[in-house]
Amino acid sequence: MQEEIIISGRNLPNIDPVLEVWHFPISLYLFLGGLAAGIMFFAALFTLLNKEKEFPATVKYAMLVVPIALSIGLAALFYDLTHKLYVWRLYTTIRIESPMSWGAWVLLIITILSFLWVFSYFKEMFPEWHWKFNFLNKLESYLIKNRKSMAMVLLPLSIILGIYTGILLSAFNARPLWNNAILGPLFLISGLSTGAATILLLSKSHYERNMISKIDILLIAIELFLIIHMLMGMSAGSEVQIEALKVIVDGEFTVMFFVFVVILGLIFPALLESIELMGYKIPMAIPAILILIGGLIFRMVMVEAGQITRYLY
Amino acid sequence: MRYAMVIDTLKCVGCSDCVVACQTENNVPQGYCRDWVTESVNGVYPSIVLELKSERCNHCSNAPCVRCCPTGASHTVAGGIVMVTADECIGCGACIESCPYDARFQHPEGHVDKCTFCHHRTAKGQLPACVSVCPTKCMYFGDLDDPTSQVSKLLKSRTHKVLAPEAGTKPHVYYLT
Repeated sequence: MQEEIIISGRNLPNIDPVLEVWHFPISLYLFLGGLAAGIMFFAALFTLLNKEKEFPATVKYAMLVVPIALSIGLAALFYDLTHKLYVWRLYTTIRIESPMSWGAWVLLIITILSFLWVFSYFKEMFPEWHWKFNFLNKLESYLIKNRKSMAMVLLPLSIILGIYTGILLSAFNARPLWNNAILGPLFLISGLSTGAATILLLSKSHYERNMISKIDILLIAIELFLIIHMLMGMSAGSEVQIEALKVIVDGEFTVMFFVFVVILGLIFPALLESIELMGYKIPMAIPAILILIGGLIFRMVMVEAGQITRYLY
Repeated sequence: MRYAMVIDTLKCVGCSDCVVACQTENNVPQGYCRDWVTESVNGVYPSIVLELKSERCNHCSNAPCVRCCPTGASHTVAGGIVMVTADECIGCGACIESCPYDARFQHPEGHVDKCTFCHHRTAKGQLPACVSVCPTKCMYFGDLDDPTSQVSKLLKSRTHKVLAPEAGTKPHVYYLT
């Protein structure tokens, strides 16, 4: 048996005794970024498949959420910076080895594209609306003609944005809970699922809800598989990963993770959606809202729990 | 040139003079520190071993903080010293998250701050402040590429370790044991 007592004279704000540099705004951004990526993925996909008519809520009303979500997300990111006046430095360089650098560029391009997309559908959503300036009408007709091209750019960019929210965390090997290769795909699938949930909330078409609901059940199944995969990989990992796993499986975040994320955020809504597909009447808002809350809590747990885990020396 | 620091854990008495010298030399704001002393007791009574270590940024060869910095504010200069340019730093905190040694902190002015191996002094041929004040002379600073330097000789003749080598950062603060 060996006992070790470590006493350190250090007491740095936000670092000792446990790291707490990233707070709720980061979790909120990871959630909104994933949700926006999910909606954009479906909107771009159905546009390229010529299915805009069958999926009206996806390409129009849900896409209206995207620029709002991305703007709130960007504001949250900006709020969490501590040297705010120098934020423009992000856009004077591209560093491929830094996920945050190319993520910031993708985020900038995709936010502009999402505004343009909504702009091209604005009159279809609000027929009474008139643009005051003539150049806006010209831009609008140009964008309507080029929706397919926009979708072609949005499809890969939305996947990159969705994966980026996970890779941002998994790139830090100093935080063993984050440092696993599954986190990128896991956050992407979770983002697609929360995007699908938003479409379910806004859709009035029976066919659209039916299809999105089927896709969402598949996504939740994949997400559960990836979560099991992540936990298995960590339990078979090195000492630091086994210690990190304890925070989720046998520690202060266990109840949050298994009750609110796995059961109430994934399994229960998937069951409700399946029962609805069998023909029973269930308001779609219930599983959709549960998925959204589960998605947000998932990011909060990962951001908070990851910062407690560390190398032991 | 590859600067490194060698610290003799058998000679360190944990007086924290290195901490105070650094705070004074580098004008570190109150409540913060770029170096610190840890004290660990290993084993079970009666066979216990006390180890004192003066810790700081390890100026890693494979520095995760430099890799993940989105603006290039964290960078490596001649001699392998990892530096932060304050007016390129946006305060995103990515480098703090990426450091296995928790050696970086947010300066009250917003940018990130950390040990520089006293770059302003070593450029003039002086020793880092912490090394120069150590009352037990347990700290050594020098060039690892020079086989005749004191640090190279010590690492050849004494058993030593680095902190968390499994993190893959290739740290350059060595502890003689």
